[in-house]
Amino acid sequence: MTDLLQVRGISKRFGGLQAVADVSFNLGEGEILGLIGPNGAGKTTLFNLVNGVFKSDAGTITFLGKDITGRSPDQVVHLGLARTHQIVRPLSGMSVLENVIVGACFGRENQSMREARATALEVLERVGLADRANSSARALTLAGKKRLEVARALAARPKLLLLDEVLAGLNPTEIGQMIALILSIRDGGVSVFMIEHVMQAIMNLSDRIVVLNLGRKIAEAPPAEVVKNADVVEAYLGFPDIVDKLRGAQ
Amino acid sequence: MMLRRPLFWLILLLAAVFAWLPKHGNNVALREDLILVAVAIILTSNLNLMIGYTGYVNFGHIVFYGLGGYVGLYLMTVRSWHLIPAALTAGVAVSVLALLFGLGILRLRGAYFALATIGVLEAVQAFVSNFESWGRSTGMYVSFESYVPMGGPKHALWLTYFLIIGVMALSLMLSLGIRRSKFGLGLFAIREDEDAAIVLGVNATLYKAIIYSVSAFLPAVAGALMFFKNGMIDPSIAFEYMLSLEGIVMLMLGGQGTVAGSALGAGLYERLRSYLLTSPRLSAFHLVIAGALLLLVIRLAPGGLIGWLYRLVPRSREVIE
Amino acid sequence: MSGILASMIDGLLIGSVYGLAAMGLSLIWGVMDVINLTHGAMIALGMFGMYLLFGASAANPYLLLIPVIAAGLVLGMIVYWLSVSWVIDRPQLMSLLSTFAVNMMVIGIGTAIWSTSPYNVNFSLPGITVGAYTFTGNHIAAAISAVVIALLLELFLYRTRAGKAIRAVADNRDAAELMGISSTQVLMVAFAIGIALAAASGALVSTLFPFTILSGASYQLKSFVVTVLAGLGKPFGALVAGVLLGLLEGAVSPFIAVSWIPLIEFGLFVVVLILFPRGIFGRATA
Repeated sequence: MTDLLQVRGISKRFGGLQAVADVSFNLGEGEILGLIGPNGAGKTTLFNLVNGVFKSDAGTITFLGKDITGRSPDQVVHLGLARTHQIVRPLSGMSVLENVIVGACFGRENQSMREARATALEVLERVGLADRANSSARALTLAGKKRLEVARALAARPKLLLLDEVLAGLNPTEIGQMIALILSIRDGGVSVFMIEHVMQAIMNLSDRIVVLNLGRKIAEAPPAEVVKNADVVEAYLGFPDIVDKLRGAQ
Repeated sequence: MMLRRPLFWLILLLAAVFAWLPKHGNNVALREDLILVAVAIILTSNLNLMIGYTGYVNFGHIVFYGLGGYVGLYLMTVRSWHLIPAALTAGVAVSVLALLFGLGILRLRGAYFALATIGVLEAVQAFVSNFESWGRSTGMYVSFESYVPMGGPKHALWLTYFLIIGVMALSLMLSLGIRRSKFGLGLFAIREDEDAAIVLGVNATLYKAIIYSVSAFLPAVAGALMFFKNGMIDPSIAFEYMLSLEGIVMLMLGGQGTVAGSALGAGLYERLRSYLLTSPRLSAFHLVIAGALLLLVIRLAPGGLIGWLYRLVPRSREVIE
Repeated sequence: MSGILASMIDGLLIGSVYGLAAMGLSLIWGVMDVINLTHGAMIALGMFGMYLLFGASAANPYLLLIPVIAAGLVLGMIVYWLSVSWVIDRPQLMSLLSTFAVNMMVIGIGTAIWSTSPYNVNFSLPGITVGAYTFTGNHIAAAISAVVIALLLELFLYRTRAGKAIRAVADNRDAAELMGISSTQVLMVAFAIGIALAAASGALVSTLFPFTILSGASYQLKSFVVTVLAGLGKPFGALVAGVLLGLLEGAVSPFIAVSWIPLIEFGLFVVVLILFPRGIFGRATA
């Protein structure tokens, strides 16, 4: 399996806080790589470093063989790396369709308006928002907005999709639908890097999992090994039911 | 395509009406009234590109107009250029300058940018007031000779009028063209959420700089034409802060973000202003009324008149852009 | 004592008034993320307020600060109700434009009443002479008044319940609400205080220089410069930064024409913001 993404020694400090410290990992083509860790572990910061929202204090990030360290998010999208936000950021004044057209226009394929429209309709169909295409993005439910985030990112025709807690706040039915969508995304040839707190979902979806604690990587292994990892269990010890969940998800 | 959009034809119709009406009856008074409306439309529709499309408030928009006037008049009086090349060059020169300034101040977000635009206006005014080649505080005058190549002052005034109508039509066409384009979509995304837009692949820095520069071009050309027509320019009349403020009121009144709104707001407000200025009692309240109007629009109808129309008749959204 | 040093000391004195003016702006900006474009107009109203009160009573202007501040509080609540209360949660563009609209109205009404002729408050305290230079009593008294008001504000913010509520809302509005603080009331009070501070600074300025209804604009500019230098929501820091600005003006003014100073200040404002897009010590604004 070729490596799509290679992260070496990236770090980020905010004033007195070392949010991410010397993290390295690989993500292979066709893989779903999970990212877990207690709150404050630095997961979203890591995402922000990978897609260029923050500049890493050190280290390198290589994507599809190209060095993307220090590149801005818009440049990174053009190379095929798209992401969703933990706290959804729909372009509220625009319709659902327009939101996704933005993703298609400014994504990897730099599509024209006409092409983008076709792509957008197709993507909306895939995520199940086709019937809401002309609604204002503002009017969607949370689940709808989360699907919009995914749709926008997919419309950019990425090779790698970063999903930031895309299941948070969803009810069990919605979670099931989103999981099915993620699997279909991977089956469609897009690799996935996802942050999640819904343990059962991420344990079942991920081929491998990276575990962060206090900004450092403490594990990088398939789910079955991660649950047995003493460091991981210890990191979560403050959350007793997590341990059971990890055991239960095996 | 552009030709299929009703507003395209409405703009042409508007220009045709403006051109024909005063000429038909050789009505100079009407021409003078309409030229003010046309200039208001030019300023407002270009301001719309920044405020309505990109979400960046430009308080100092008038600086492009005044600077265009200065460059144009300098080329015509000192360098003896003809009107049209001088006006076009003024447009290009001011846009380039705007691009350079823009790359600096567009790094500032939202309100900071708005405040910085006031600074740009004041800086340019101060510079021009001290600039020897441009007449410092006295400014420049257009001599009689400059009108001769155009067949004398009477013909020159008509020519200028038609050129202004042309610039007005171009301004509205420009707004219309950008609105449904990919570039326009990027601008709207920036307006909605700049950071999200960047993550979606929009090169916000570049787009902002381009639109700031583009929004300077036609006002600068108009400035060159108008100050030539008026025969003189000086720092106080070139950079009237009040005109910048009024541009904002006109845009909000008509409906920011729409092409029709910028024309409508400009037209209505210009008529209101003309009425106010003729009545000595009311002219002191000019500023108060403008402010009150702005406040009312923001409170009651932030989408302006066109926004209100959209709510009343949702189908109109497709036609009246 | 050299000319420049005297100029700088004078600048230091006047700078404390700049700081007072900026404190109002900074407080409002920091607490509710609203950029108050009525600031300059409120400063101008403070100038005229002092003029009217002094004209009517001939009392000590420094005592008249009290009714000016009281009137400022009331005015602040009116302005809040008129243009800010319902744009609090809207995009910043809206609050910018609505406060701007009120500014236009106030300046318009002020121009209609007082035209643009200069006014002044005829009151002089004896100055202090050091060598060849005299520091006017008004400048000294203004500086002292500014510092006293600033200290009172600090006491209010840190020692009273209301003050703590304001700081809580500034820090994290949702958390404050969860603690049972009515954020809407707090926002109105904070805004009113901000306006009162602006009015007070205007009242002090009226004792220093001749003024017109348009004079507030240059103090508004100085307030913005001071606020971005000091960082949002740090009122006492604004006082210090104001003094620094005054010092800078004092150092520079013997050498260049007065009309260039606003430009230099604007340049400073823009450059500081470009280098520190969220203010030097500041927090991120939305």
